[in-house]
Amino acid sequence: MTFALAVSMTKNKNFGWSVVGHYMTDSRILHGLLLTLELTAASMAIGIALGIVLAVMRLSPNPLVSGASWVYIWFFRGTPVLVQIIFWNYIGSLYPHIAIGIPLGPQFAHVNVQALITPFIAGMLALGLNEGAYMSEIVRAGIISVDEGQTEAAHALGMTRLLAMRRIVLPQAMRVIIPPTGNEVISMLKTSSLVAFIALTDLLYSATIIYAATYQTIQLLIVASLWYLICTTVLSIGQYYVERYYARGARGQARTLQDFWLNVTDIRPFFGFRR
Amino acid sequence: MTAMVLAEGVHKRFGRLEVLKGISLEVQPAQVMCILGPSGSGKTTFIRCINHLEKINAGRLWVDGELVGYRQVGDKLHELPDREVARKRTEIGMVFQRFNLFGHMTALENVVEAPIRVKKTPKDHAVRSAKELLRRVGLEDKVDVYPSQLSGGQQQRVAIARALAMNPKLMLFDEPTSALDPELVGEVLEVMRGLAEIGMTMVVVTHEIGFAREVGDVAVFMDDGVVVESGDPKEVLVNPRNERTKSFLSKVL
Repeated sequence: MTFALAVSMTKNKNFGWSVVGHYMTDSRILHGLLLTLELTAASMAIGIALGIVLAVMRLSPNPLVSGASWVYIWFFRGTPVLVQIIFWNYIGSLYPHIAIGIPLGPQFAHVNVQALITPFIAGMLALGLNEGAYMSEIVRAGIISVDEGQTEAAHALGMTRLLAMRRIVLPQAMRVIIPPTGNEVISMLKTSSLVAFIALTDLLYSATIIYAATYQTIQLLIVASLWYLICTTVLSIGQYYVERYYARGARGQARTLQDFWLNVTDIRPFFGFRR
Repeated sequence: MTAMVLAEGVHKRFGRLEVLKGISLEVQPAQVMCILGPSGSGKTTFIRCINHLEKINAGRLWVDGELVGYRQVGDKLHELPDREVARKRTEIGMVFQRFNLFGHMTALENVVEAPIRVKKTPKDHAVRSAKELLRRVGLEDKVDVYPSQLSGGQQQRVAIARALAMNPKLMLFDEPTSALDPELVGEVLEVMRGLAEIGMTMVVVTHEIGFAREVGDVAVFMDDGVVVESGDPKEVLVNPRNERTKSFLSKVL
């Protein structure tokens, strides 16, 4: 059936594969792709760093610290990310200038918000701060999956809470954290296209702009989708290596990349073979 | 001479359940104290109080003359900050029933981690003494092996080397052989016997009556959160005076 579908798609002239091929390396598409990748990388970096901090705070014995983390997660998970993007884009009109100092006292620094918050910065902040809330729950799940005996042994050796967290618990929590984080990266790759609302020309928006002029809607959407697929594939391979690194010391570890491809390209299930 | 461990009326509650109902005892330097008793008697809880893994609710507990986990101001006790508690714990080694080796680190990495990160020992120095310790527990050929590839007895011996790497004044053993297959118990007890011979102060929670009788200087029998009987192991474990000690020993022997 897959084969039949593939044949019909290549034979059908309406798909316009030559147009797709032409636009795959169009400079506007490539610029859009670069922006999508930059935005995804930057906002995921913010999201992961923030997620770790929020998760550690959430598990703190101090109710003020864990409460602050809870409120953050509640707010940023509870409001639409699109609203957050637009909000950050307009923060300059809400607060044109921010002065850092003592209220009614001396000022230490002065920031021109309108100049600082470009649409890219706004998109990056919105996506990153929102992602932090989701990542923190993923990190927290990883942390509580590590046996409590590990923390106790670390404490018994004289490690402080933070050192035990950084050296002993988090590296072992990574095994649980990585797979859903891979999900988040791939999802961010596509969610980042919401920045079209603040006129940032990412991959999808660039395609939209082109087909608005040429009416080759399907072809341009295929171009964008193919690029998204290529990025996702590269990310999946990267995730495999990261997972293998953090699986060290675990039972049943160390599969090779060959095993990975054997798994991916295994067509026997489609023909009814049982493995 | 200051006692290495001095407990006075130590109480511990978990919610409504009172687990320790006033424990008082004393361990002198270079002594080996073995704590025995039925499960649920509070012996594990007590040994965990000694390095503040459990907070005590009443009483006083000193290690080498210093209060554990608290600072006394006038009549009141104030809990020490995390950093202070951690510093105090560097002097107390602990070995757990379930080994608790760091799973993502090799045997050698397990042993050098705390000396390097906590004591700031130079790496080459830490590695050299770690290898020496692993040799002493008979695991010189397992230096680069991960815990999951070691037997229980081997894991526990790495755990002992890891605790010793901090040069502790006092070693706590919480049922170190209870999770082991019977044929692996001997190798761990052998390492502990060697430690006792070189004068390490040890508090051992155990069900190994033979070890307590031969290696222990003091045997303590606990039941229901109190010390029922204590003294020379040859007396307590061979001719117990207390009825509860008698009935416990008749069941395990």
